[in-house]
Amino acid sequence: MSFIVTFLNGLSLGGVYALIALGYTMVYGIAKMLNFAHGDIIMVGGYVLFVFISLTGQPILAIIIAAFLCSLLGISMEKAAYKPLRGASPLAVLITAIGVSYFLQSLAQIIFGAAPKFVIIADLGVITFGELVIPVYSVITLAISILIMIALSLFIKFTKTGRAMIAVSEDKAAAQIMGINVNTIITVTFLIGSFLAAVASVFYLLKAPNISPTFGSKPGIKAFTAAVIGGIGSIPGAMLGGFLLGIVEVFSNSVPAIAPYTDAIEFLILIVILLVRPTGILGKKRREKV
Amino acid sequence: MKDKSKFKLKHFINYIVIGAATIIFTILNFTGVLGLSEQFLLEKITIAIILAVSLGLVVGFLGELSLGHAGFMCIGAYIGGKISALLSSSSLGTGLPNLLISIIVGGIAAAIAGVAIGLPALRLKGDYLAIVTLAFGEIVKTLFLNSSDESFGGPIGLETPRYDRNHLFIIGFVLVLVMLAIIQNIIRSKHGRAITSIRDSEIAARATGINVTRYKLLVFALSAFFAGIAGVLYSFSNYRVQCTKFDYNYSIEILVMVVLGGMGSVNGSILSATLITFLQVQLASILTGDLAVLQNIFYALVLILIVIYNNAPALKGFRETHNLKTFFSKLFKKKKEDVDPSLVKDDEAKWNRIPTKINMDELLSMDVKVTESTMKPDKDKGGSS
Repeated sequence: MSFIVTFLNGLSLGGVYALIALGYTMVYGIAKMLNFAHGDIIMVGGYVLFVFISLTGQPILAIIIAAFLCSLLGISMEKAAYKPLRGASPLAVLITAIGVSYFLQSLAQIIFGAAPKFVIIADLGVITFGELVIPVYSVITLAISILIMIALSLFIKFTKTGRAMIAVSEDKAAAQIMGINVNTIITVTFLIGSFLAAVASVFYLLKAPNISPTFGSKPGIKAFTAAVIGGIGSIPGAMLGGFLLGIVEVFSNSVPAIAPYTDAIEFLILIVILLVRPTGILGKKRREKV
Repeated sequence: MKDKSKFKLKHFINYIVIGAATIIFTILNFTGVLGLSEQFLLEKITIAIILAVSLGLVVGFLGELSLGHAGFMCIGAYIGGKISALLSSSSLGTGLPNLLISIIVGGIAAAIAGVAIGLPALRLKGDYLAIVTLAFGEIVKTLFLNSSDESFGGPIGLETPRYDRNHLFIIGFVLVLVMLAIIQNIIRSKHGRAITSIRDSEIAARATGINVTRYKLLVFALSAFFAGIAGVLYSFSNYRVQCTKFDYNYSIEILVMVVLGGMGSVNGSILSATLITFLQVQLASILTGDLAVLQNIFYALVLILIVIYNNAPALKGFRETHNLKTFFSKLFKKKKEDVDPSLVKDDEAKWNRIPTKINMDELLSMDVKVTESTMKPDKDKGGSS
């Protein structure tokens, strides 16, 4: 019986990972860069929630403000740090992204201190079905993340902007010739990714209501792992990888003997998958042309 | 002859400077001028130099990003520390042989890990490789954190026999010299050119018959070897090795040293490692608690601004006119110009205008124009008749 609850918890954690991984994978697919600072947007979202919940006491308002500010941060990050480097070597862009991540973490530590802050968004409790004790946040997290993923898939498939995004990720130059404004598309991508990260920060705080400056780095790295396992640049891949990693993590944590090695196991899975399929499970192989 | 000696001096300047520093500090040490804190600072600087130059080999010369450098250092620190702890209880004691053996063993252990992580590197590159090395660093940290108390001390850390502080920094300097001799000789050999050609274009390198896989492995192993040695030095200069020290942030700190010094420049890495470590130690007493993070903000900004300045396509023209090299050459040119009056300048300008080279492109394009103009009347004639 506890298996079902563990599985549900795994799915819900996987849903959160998938939301974050979508941000990584979309930015990678469209801007062809690894946004290392994506995890830190989650951290910023968490601190915004902390500030506005302690100021106003209204969680819904705080969530809306957090989503807005995170999206704004994502766009400004792209404009300030990544846009000047468009066309430069991938190594340079990667190092800049690491710099941005480091900057956000340090800034948060100066403003809020290194000690964790306590944020309670809502006390949701548990549902009991006979012997089953299911935490409500797991159900809500899973439901909302699946809804968001469906909405995102529909958005990409059926709207003009969404299809433009696919076009840009396929071939930037050809998309430009077809009259697509690549800069706008990249901005929209960062906006969506950062918005998803803000949503993920809400779910994370529902689960464990502590926030510190390095709050975002662990889910960030895990979600990136998920995105790479699923095949970076592929949207279904990010969802698949996210759920896979979430389930592995929760099950590994539920076994006391291997619980301390959970992180190592997850990264080992990543290395093994990359060795077997260098582009991830659903990733497309791209041959480099000269 | 003059040119030859100049050429040599340029290539050996870092040996000379570091060798001189070693001798000066050794003399100062024996006359008793250096206190404990200065010795500690020198140890830290030598460790930082070894780390920065070895990471620079991967980032600056091979053109791949490794975020697991602290992980290699961690392996070196733990394995080397353990070996020296075992040896010190045997007949060898804590003397120089102990130190040398543990440095070599620690370095080799890290190099083996480097090959192990280099093997996936054969298939991966760029962003994937960066994330795999990052994951590797985390795995190493997790493994040592969960080790048993008897083996590596777990979360408390491994207790290491500290080497005599009076001499450790001298050994550090000697190791820096040895590393420079190895790395610079490799970089300046045909192997080094092969490595830089992989950085510039892997496909072209492959096409010219360079064994890309072998060179990548070589660079990874070499870089890990020296990171391991830096780790052993670290374990000797501290009583205890704790894996929490070797986290992601530490890898970034080393990366900042490499980027600040200039990617692909050994001397730059040495300079920036010295400077950053010195500043860090000096600022440690001023910036305490959460303020210590101000340093990290500075690192982050340096990282972003330097990379944008050096790589942004829009700044290319600006970069060519405003860099240190042209700045210095302008400084020296001004001195010469001050002697010459403006009349001479005009003369020079005239001489410059005399073409010394035949511009083939221009000639060819002229030919094309001629044929076009001769074709056109023909066509007109054909149309009218």
